[in-house]
Amino acid sequence: MDSEKHDIVVTVNGMRYLRQAEARMLLSDFIRHELLLAGTHVGCEHGVCGACTILFDGHPVRACLMLAPQANGHEITTVEGLAPSPDQLHPLQQAMHDKHGLQCGYCTPGILMTMTAFLAEHPVPDEAQVREALSGNLCRCTGYQHIVDAVLEAAEKMRDVK
Amino acid sequence: MTTRYFGAPIKRNEDKRLLTGQALFVDDVELPGMLHAAFLRSQNAHGRIKSIDVSTARARKGVVAVYTATDLGYYWQPGPLLVPPPPIAGIVFNQRTQVPLAKDKVRHVGEPIAIVIAESRYIAEDALADIMIDMEPLPAVVDLEKALAAGSATVHDDLRSNVAAHVRQTKGNYAQAAAKAHCIIKRRFLYDHGMSSPMETRGVVAQWDARAGQLTVWDTTQAPVFVRNGLAGMLSLSERQVRVIAPFVGGGFGPKIMMFYPEEVLLPWAAIKLNRPVKWIEDRLEHFFATTHERSQIHDAEIALSSDGRIVGVKDVFLHDTGAYDPYGLTVPINSQCTLLGPYVVPHYDSIFTAVFTNLPIVTPYRGAGRQHGVFVIERLLDFAARELGLDRAEIRRRNLIPPDAFPYNNEIIYQDFAPLSYDSGNYEPVLDKALALIGYKDFIASEQPKLRAQGRHVGVAIACYVEGTGIGPYEGAKVQVQANGKVSVATGIGTQGQGHFTVFAQIAADQVGVDVRNVDVVTGDTDQFYWGAGTFASRGAVVAGNAVNEASKVVRQKILKLAAEHFECAEDDLEIANGEVSIVGVPGQFIRLGELAMRANPMRGAVKPGTEPGLESTQYFGPPSGATANGVHAMIVEVDPDTLMLQVLKYVVVHDCGTVINPLILAGQIHGGVAQGIGNAFYEKLVFDDEGQLLNASLTDYLLPTSLDVPRMELAHTVTPSPLNPMGIKGAGEAGAIPVGPLFAQAIEDALGLAAQNVELCEIPLSPNRLWELVGKAHSKS
Repeated sequence: MDSEKHDIVVTVNGMRYLRQAEARMLLSDFIRHELLLAGTHVGCEHGVCGACTILFDGHPVRACLMLAPQANGHEITTVEGLAPSPDQLHPLQQAMHDKHGLQCGYCTPGILMTMTAFLAEHPVPDEAQVREALSGNLCRCTGYQHIVDAVLEAAEKMRDVK
Repeated sequence: MTTRYFGAPIKRNEDKRLLTGQALFVDDVELPGMLHAAFLRSQNAHGRIKSIDVSTARARKGVVAVYTATDLGYYWQPGPLLVPPPPIAGIVFNQRTQVPLAKDKVRHVGEPIAIVIAESRYIAEDALADIMIDMEPLPAVVDLEKALAAGSATVHDDLRSNVAAHVRQTKGNYAQAAAKAHCIIKRRFLYDHGMSSPMETRGVVAQWDARAGQLTVWDTTQAPVFVRNGLAGMLSLSERQVRVIAPFVGGGFGPKIMMFYPEEVLLPWAAIKLNRPVKWIEDRLEHFFATTHERSQIHDAEIALSSDGRIVGVKDVFLHDTGAYDPYGLTVPINSQCTLLGPYVVPHYDSIFTAVFTNLPIVTPYRGAGRQHGVFVIERLLDFAARELGLDRAEIRRRNLIPPDAFPYNNEIIYQDFAPLSYDSGNYEPVLDKALALIGYKDFIASEQPKLRAQGRHVGVAIACYVEGTGIGPYEGAKVQVQANGKVSVATGIGTQGQGHFTVFAQIAADQVGVDVRNVDVVTGDTDQFYWGAGTFASRGAVVAGNAVNEASKVVRQKILKLAAEHFECAEDDLEIANGEVSIVGVPGQFIRLGELAMRANPMRGAVKPGTEPGLESTQYFGPPSGATANGVHAMIVEVDPDTLMLQVLKYVVVHDCGTVINPLILAGQIHGGVAQGIGNAFYEKLVFDDEGQLLNASLTDYLLPTSLDVPRMELAHTVTPSPLNPMGIKGAGEAGAIPVGPLFAQAIEDALGLAAQNVELCEIPLSPNRLWELVGKAHSKS
């Protein structure tokens, strides 16, 4: 295979990176192993489990279904960019902690990215909507109940702030 | 003690790292000069390797090495037997363990044949396509019954048949008792238990520091100490030269305790040989073949009953699929054999199983570890017995429960821990009562179900009981130490995969040592931090390691009090420890901080009395004489769409007794997750193999893990019957949620669709809309 490398300029969590990568490199591998932002996890590499979900220009996408050069010129947010400061968690991160919404924590980054985007569009969700939005992210530990509780609580807290 | 953490719903210490993307998982390890491995795996379930040509692969740019079995020399050895067969008279056990790379013959799809090591994983995978293999396909052994028929191909050429093991265990005299029984009900059951599918696949990173003579291995294992010891032995290194770290591990559920996986054997060897770090991360496709499964058993079982529905005895003859090798011994089928007896008085029992080699991936324990299979058999037999005798399903269970004054209750046969199957404690009837009350059993059957049926809705209710042997030995240990900064460090040898060990062990230590729970720093799964241990399996982490933490913390508490008493020149009884300080009761302002005491416990000058040990630390071990038996009842109301046969769980109740509860929040999480996996097993997850041993649905698109739309909200309740086998009275809870879901689904669906009236019985798991349609349709075409 031609291993010609492409220049990639990408902004991740507000920081601008210039890197080179082969055309075939998965965006998930690029984020994890080139940018060393290992908080984005890889569970299946075929777009089913949702663990690698990132925000791509603000929209949740699966980083394993994109190639690194496609990110050239775009803006990405990963789990490392979610908390407003090192001492403060995002309301959804806090609610996940308060409600015991994670066990092994491997699927958690993808769930945080999917559901923060969901909450931005649905500030007053009901349980059915939360479950529908969450159904594209697989979790093998929690049985989802505590995650659903956390999302509902985060929605409430985020409304209170506004 | 001012705050008591034990028993409180403490939020987890480990969460922040996981929530902010700062927790280290194996694939997050990045080392300078690191190489990447990929495996060439067999495409055939059964075949003879005639030749392998790796020359083109070796010549590819970026490839550093390619190894096959012959390159390994004396390092090529079959893996160790992880669990030897239990001491049961007349047992047959043929030990055939997996090899690092297939030599001569492949025995399942996915068995590794060659390893490629390259500058990147991409290049390593490119080079796999360069390898030429001449393989002579052999007939695949897939079906359990055909595998035992005369003339079947054999998975292992040196054995005359595919019998991996044959075990008979008996209690009383079933034949004699059954001859006098009122009735005997006999059925064939098929239970298939899929695969654990943790969201993180397996992975290994190995680094050899030639100057230090030090091997470091990051491994997704559930048992780092055993991996360290095994690797040291294989590589002729001292154990101190090998450090195995199981960092954050993304779920395990059993298969990550299997050892040694070929990749665990090969990566360290290659890292030493090449003197460069090597990483291998399993991809999801590999995971379907290269990580162990649990899969199926076929039971021919009968239950003998008296006219009032009491169990006279049970006879069960079953086949167990062990896959191509049997490195985990007989743990899974022994669990099935033992757990079938459940919470019931079964005076006579005759159980015979044959474990069968097949050309399918290896079978080792997966959450429940064979218990599901046994529970399915007894619960379904009781359902059919109730129907036959005109008894209510709950009532037949109630009549057979072991009474509370019968504990410890000895079932006589040998359990997976090699001790007689004895239930330490239990009080079963209140658990059943609570579950029936919470699900509204009587009211549902008497009024709600008829009402809904009249509206044309197909709703059904089910209840299922189970016991779970938990917290088995041999032992675990813990080191508890007060640090100069006033924090308390706890180290233990088990690995952790999400069970909340960083919090529950901290709760135990914090109460004893008198510090804030957030100031207890727990380390698990690093062999340089704690030397000894067995691992995380059999719902034993909290029970066995938790009690070791408790014992060590108690000793540290005594050391703190002794040293502080010397400091204040007072009696130990006059002291209290709280908030990280020791103070004199009733004398405000007189206190010393634990950190300062810790420094005083390691003086620079002065004579030390004989017998004094430095530091405020203690290492203690805990080994229970046998496992603690937890129990529970699940109940469910389900609605089935008669056209699509899709179902919706309307209500799900779990009542559980795991002795004293350390952390109800974490316990709830364990139960929820177990039930979710049980639901997957009952209705969604099925490994579909064809006659040639090819897995037809090896992707998460086709192997259906339950989603947030499939797992219902659950209502939990607990009763507490402490275990007398450990000072804290706790029992394990890790597997309980997953165990009785299969029979619950079968019973509820039968009830919802009125299948009894159609003479349809659901005697198999997993079910699915398609399978239900076949089973119901078959009955219709017959009638």
